Amino acid sequence: MNLADGVQLVSLIVLAAMMLAAALGVVLLDNIVYSAFLLGLVFISISGLYILLNAGFVAAAQILIYVGAVNVLILFGIMLVNKRQDFAPVQKAWLGKAATGAVCAGLFGLLATMIVATPWGLSDAPIAGDEALVTIGLHFFSDFLLPFELASVLLLMALIGAIVIARREFLPEEATTEDGPITALTLPERPRELTGAISRE
Amino acid sequence: MQLQYFLLLAAALFCIGIYGLVTSRNAIRVLMSIELLLNSVNLNLMAFSNSLDPSAVKGQVFTVFVIAIAAAEAAVGLAIVLSIYRNRDTVDMEQFNLLKW
Repeated sequence: MNLADGVQLVSLIVLAAMMLAAALGVVLLDNIVYSAFLLGLVFISISGLYILLNAGFVAAAQILIYVGAVNVLILFGIMLVNKRQDFAPVQKAWLGKAATGAVCAGLFGLLATMIVATPWGLSDAPIAGDEALVTIGLHFFSDFLLPFELASVLLLMALIGAIVIARREFLPEEATTEDGPITALTLPERPRELTGAISRE
Repeated sequence: MQLQYFLLLAAALFCIGIYGLVTSRNAIRVLMSIELLLNSVNLNLMAFSNSLDPSAVKGQVFTVFVIAIAAAEAAVGLAIVLSIYRNRDTVDMEQFNLLKW
């Protein structure tokens, strides 16, 4: 083992430990704000793992999109619904948690056995390295052109759909004058009834 | 680098994500768990791309697609959580029983 291999192995161990600890923190910590920041740490560790896998472009995209957009979006979501409330305890909650933990541990055992036992047909082809960026662009505009365009349409749909769903359905009181209701500068729809109004105390 | 190390890491991250997805009471933590699941799948794709198909990097192409879909999913999911929070005044998953029976 030469120096480069040793550095790679140490980086892998450090990044893996960081990622697993942060992921456990995301799932297990009580404070949701800590969870959100630890989620950012998970994303950064995974980006480091991508660099170890010779994929600099995807590592940069991971940092930009996940840490820069998704994590910030989640933090804004936490701030918008930040209500300090204690959830009502559910009877026998520990039973569900224990069962889920057992199922997850079993799943991990199964996957680990499969991974270790399978003879992977490793390839000896030259590694693309930084040329991967050019190759990804070629793929996007030749054999993956249809998914690429569909992804753009899907992003547009998600953008508009998120705005439509999250829009506040509040309109000011209908102003009236002697000539009848003012229709200028008002939206043509009225707020719909809250579906959960019955169960709200 | 060894392929198996990355696959084991991705499997562990997937199992942690599943555990969080099932046991979380807070709806936003459920969304975070879904992000963990998608990231573990991405890690798998990248490991396979590096080890089995290193010259024509199709795994990286798929990873970029998954990242784009995950960003859209996070936006729509948070919008749904906000909408439910406005209607039900809580983010407790145990009380979201509108479609239950």
